[in-house]
Amino acid sequence: MSEQHIKLPEGSIEKNSTTLNLGPTHPATHGVFQNILELDGERIVSAEQTVGYIHRAFEKIAERRPLYQITPLTDRLNYCSSPINNTGWHLTCEKLLGVKIPKRVDYLRIIIMELARISDHLICNSVVGVDSGAYTGFLYVMQYRELIYEIYEEICGSRLTTNMGRIGGFERNFTNLAFEKLEKFLAEYPEVLREFENLFTRNRIFMERTIGAGPISGERALNYGFTGPNLRAAGVDYDVRVHTPYSSYEDFDFEIPVGTTGDCYDRFLVRNQEMWQSINLIKQAYRKVQEFKGAEAEVYHADAPAYYLPEKKDVYTKMEALIWHFKIIMGETDIPPGEVYLSVEGANGELGFYLISDGGRAPYRLHFRRPCFIYYQAYSELTKGSMLSDAVIVMSSLNLIAGEMDG
Amino acid sequence: MSLTNETIKEQLIGKFGEQVSHFEEPYGMLSFESLNEINLKVMQFLYDEPGLQFRFLTDLCAVHFPGQTGREIAVVYHLHNLVENVRIRFKVFTDIEKPDVFTATQLFSAANWMERETFDFYGVNFVGHPNLKRILNVDEMDYFPMRKEYPLEEQTRIDKDDAMFGR
Repeated sequence: MSEQHIKLPEGSIEKNSTTLNLGPTHPATHGVFQNILELDGERIVSAEQTVGYIHRAFEKIAERRPLYQITPLTDRLNYCSSPINNTGWHLTCEKLLGVKIPKRVDYLRIIIMELARISDHLICNSVVGVDSGAYTGFLYVMQYRELIYEIYEEICGSRLTTNMGRIGGFERNFTNLAFEKLEKFLAEYPEVLREFENLFTRNRIFMERTIGAGPISGERALNYGFTGPNLRAAGVDYDVRVHTPYSSYEDFDFEIPVGTTGDCYDRFLVRNQEMWQSINLIKQAYRKVQEFKGAEAEVYHADAPAYYLPEKKDVYTKMEALIWHFKIIMGETDIPPGEVYLSVEGANGELGFYLISDGGRAPYRLHFRRPCFIYYQAYSELTKGSMLSDAVIVMSSLNLIAGEMDG
Repeated sequence: MSLTNETIKEQLIGKFGEQVSHFEEPYGMLSFESLNEINLKVMQFLYDEPGLQFRFLTDLCAVHFPGQTGREIAVVYHLHNLVENVRIRFKVFTDIEKPDVFTATQLFSAANWMERETFDFYGVNFVGHPNLKRILNVDEMDYFPMRKEYPLEEQTRIDKDDAMFGR
């Protein structure tokens, strides 16, 4: 074949590197994002990330919606742990409105949020396993994510995009079946998690693949705005649950695991340890929930008639309840003017809500601080000089969720 | 917890005098604004000053206030001192006709994409930014969609007839 039959892009002979488009729909990217890698052989010279493929303009949409209609938008940020996003949003609203939340609701929320954290971490960690060639762990823990989803289903009726809870509490009390499933989870999951760790933690191949892949120092991580497990893997013990407790996290006794090198292996270990801490937290919260007796054990929402929907049977029989119901559903209640920032410890970092209200029915401005949007920009620094196969594993161990990144 | 909102305020006024103003504490978080031109100086001061050490950029976004002539766009920084665990909110206002604000990328690598996002949605021109181009929207877009003059589509409109998703 003579040379003129092949039309190469201009300058590609002179250039000694190869350009590789990793994504946007590469099976190993777990979401729609594109990385344009410049390769010298198998070494990465530079990486350029392209994001925004599933941008849905949530911040703009939120500017015309009443508060309760924004909850389904938050579901679709980090969809591996929607209940944390839902609760974070409700806490923001409650802070703005000044609603006081009963302790039992706080503890139920902690159970839900920690379950969500476990389901998110176990997906992330098992996918790190898949990307390094170990599929077994992924299948093994998946049935316990299923159990977590069954618990969600029992509480709110849906599984992935949960729209769980309301401003002021939960839409209904937890059923006995929900608690039974929770007990089943608490009884069985530690054994599975231990086995999952046995599969990976001291596995020679896994260690060779992850140790030293995509490391970052604590100082750089802070400068890049890392939060959550990725920051803690780099050795900085910043956790919103401890620094700025919300939803009564101050009543609980738990540890913050930290790593040292900030590489994929440390991120993996930190997530595993966090799952143990989450189990511990759920146990404590469940014990506290059980301590409520009599009428207190039936409390599942705060007294906030202007924002919390009345019971359906009251709507049909009581005038006042009917009025509140109508006003809430139509979004006619004006929210007080104010400016509030609240953040929760999402599964992959500090999930912040910056809400400005001018006293209308919808927020004047709502900004989501989406943790993985902020730390993904470090990706090119993390992968520079490493092998192509590391590019994939670094991406999955950062726990990037396209929905959250693109907002 | 020696760092209180009062001491931060005093230090800022001591250093910048009249150039920083509008000190408020909505829901306990110190909030203030400075002149547009000195935003970097203020942030550098907050970063370096031994007693302040605001070294974590939590969030950066913009807000559009169409009614305020000459200062329509606010750029809002949320800074965090992780050692003392104090958060502050810092705003600069700029003219929508010439929305120039100095970039914070030299101070915080995290500001890179957050500023690109702010540029993408509000058109704030971050002077000195290494790669100021759109990030979430398509490059061909010729307007800044989060500004208030672009309302969301009216949900009751009937001129769009879509057989599949009928309105």
